[in-house]
Amino acid sequence: MSTQQQYEGPLPGHQAPPAPPAAPAPHGPQGGWPGQQNAGHQAPAAGGYTSPIPMARTHLGHALVSEWTKIRSVRSTMWTLGVMFALVVGIGLLTAVGLSGDSYTGMPLLSGGLFGLMLGQICVITLGVLVITSEYGTGMIRTTLTACPRRGRVLLAKAVVFFVLAFVMTTLACSLTALVHSTMLSGQEAPAGASGMPGTWEDGTLVASGGEWFGATVGAGLYVALLGLLSLAIGALLRHSAGAITLMLGVVLLPLVMALFMAGEALATVREKLIEFSPLNGLASLYRIPMAEDQDATGWPLLGGLACVTLVFLVLAYTLLNKRDV
Amino acid sequence: MIELRELTKRYGEKTAVDGLTFSVRPGVVTGFLGPNGAGKSTTMRLMIGLDSPTHGDVRIDGEHYDRMREPLHSIGALLEAKGVHGGRTAYNHLLCMAQSNGIPERRVGEVLEMVGLQDVARKRPKGFSLGMGQRLGIAGALLGDPRILMFDEPVNGLDPEGIHWIRTLMQHLAREGRTVFVSSHLMSEMAQTAQHLIVIGQGRLLADTSMNQFIAENSRTYVRLRTPEPERARDVLLEAGHRPVTAEDGSLEVEGARAATLGELAAERRLVLHELSEQRASLEEAFMRLTAGSVEYHAHDLPEGSAGGPGEAASGEPGEAASGEPGAAGAPAPAWGENWRKGQGR
Repeated sequence: MSTQQQYEGPLPGHQAPPAPPAAPAPHGPQGGWPGQQNAGHQAPAAGGYTSPIPMARTHLGHALVSEWTKIRSVRSTMWTLGVMFALVVGIGLLTAVGLSGDSYTGMPLLSGGLFGLMLGQICVITLGVLVITSEYGTGMIRTTLTACPRRGRVLLAKAVVFFVLAFVMTTLACSLTALVHSTMLSGQEAPAGASGMPGTWEDGTLVASGGEWFGATVGAGLYVALLGLLSLAIGALLRHSAGAITLMLGVVLLPLVMALFMAGEALATVREKLIEFSPLNGLASLYRIPMAEDQDATGWPLLGGLACVTLVFLVLAYTLLNKRDV
Repeated sequence: MIELRELTKRYGEKTAVDGLTFSVRPGVVTGFLGPNGAGKSTTMRLMIGLDSPTHGDVRIDGEHYDRMREPLHSIGALLEAKGVHGGRTAYNHLLCMAQSNGIPERRVGEVLEMVGLQDVARKRPKGFSLGMGQRLGIAGALLGDPRILMFDEPVNGLDPEGIHWIRTLMQHLAREGRTVFVSSHLMSEMAQTAQHLIVIGQGRLLADTSMNQFIAENSRTYVRLRTPEPERARDVLLEAGHRPVTAEDGSLEVEGARAATLGELAAERRLVLHELSEQRASLEEAFMRLTAGSVEYHAHDLPEGSAGGPGEAASGEPGEAASGEPGAAGAPAPAWGENWRKGQGR
């Protein structure tokens, strides 16, 4: 009964004790494990065990490769990115068909790509969240952090792999849409006598400037990938898929929805700020159809702001990841 | 070699692990035993850096876990809770683990073969049985061919063949000179596998001893006599210098005597015997006696005090506690109580 009696500290001679007599241990098939039979494995017990497997000094590169394997080996990646691609290109195509004709549509040449991307970005947000929360949901995070106890490295590798993948895929989808639009919608004639119409004009026909091209492809891709990265950070903070996705949808959609219901003079400034800083406005501005008053906005300052916010949340996620128990 | 020093973990008010100091040495299987809620899993999580200790520390081969760059080469862990994404194939699951530690890809195939999962390598673990999931976890633990292996309740939910396989595997790994640390709440399981024993209860260290010593110190052997004339038998035994004790069901228990001697004595005195048997208190009972004071969830319907010696008076409790214990994975808990009763002869 007494605990003091039982405890006797280190036992010097217990390196190879005989099997307990009360319970004869089944000395089962020796070497029943293929691959365990090489002579190198039969080190004497006293000397400890040394593995014949070569050891590599690991660095961020190993974590990146590992995260790449992870992200490509689950279905959710294929589904979210596939649906995103289909939405962006599909809706882009439908928009182009709907707008096609010789008359001026009233907006810059490549703007139609926005509608598909507004839906498509939700897929990227979902994937960003899932990249981290699916690990918490399934318990995989314990395996991950056991394999790589440097948690900052894990988070960084996840962020980089996801960001690059999301950026490349979104930019591809947007570029394809922009190509479709520039092909199908070019040749729009300026209405006679009008001036100050949105869009870039060359000899009376609507064209897309280099800045518009850049904004509608790389800009949009960056913007959505950043939103996804922010989602990843939120996912790391909340560790819950549904919660993080809901929060991100709120962040993206609510400012604009709230602004819609803010009638009256008193709330005018609030409404304007809400619209100006709503994530959707940033995206729309990149397509040169800003929702806020400033019709010359290019969306890049907002993109910079989003990058800063994302960075702040990533740092927060990093801090908490290091602190919290898993 | 795993060394713990005053390891303590508190979750708010509750102390899950309370000043644990012990070390786990290579070359043997070390059993880590304790009732449910004793803090076994928490201790293991602390060892591999998933939780951070409130006080004290753990060193793996002299190093802190979170300072390790290639931890899978040093320690492989199978945790109780499944750590697998159900939608990622077994092969890819192991591959991403291997890649993060710079382990060559061919090793993935090797460990899959070792645990016998080569045929389902490209299947998603979502559809795996409990035993297959356990094998996948073990494959992950073996991936880096580590010097230290840690298994949390590895036989939970396994069929007899699986249990035998894991048992043999652990002994084999220890014979190779590795440190094998395995937790369980079943003493009988440990008795068949472990050579060294660490027992905790409510987060505190209760015993750190070799299995042989534990058995020698904790198991009680006695002879049980059943007779229609208990009063006379008592006198006869007392006369012969024995110290019979009347058990609850009216049988007599004599410690420190051999059945043959008592049989001859009974024949000499023409005493009718209905039963004469040597009993060995099970390890289960010894374990329960040890952890009696620290069982997390007690059932409150204690039996009437048994008429036995001091040791038994105390042991009435744990048997009930164990059989009434919630949270045990189905069968094991009731089995405890049964074994204990068998040993006690009630």
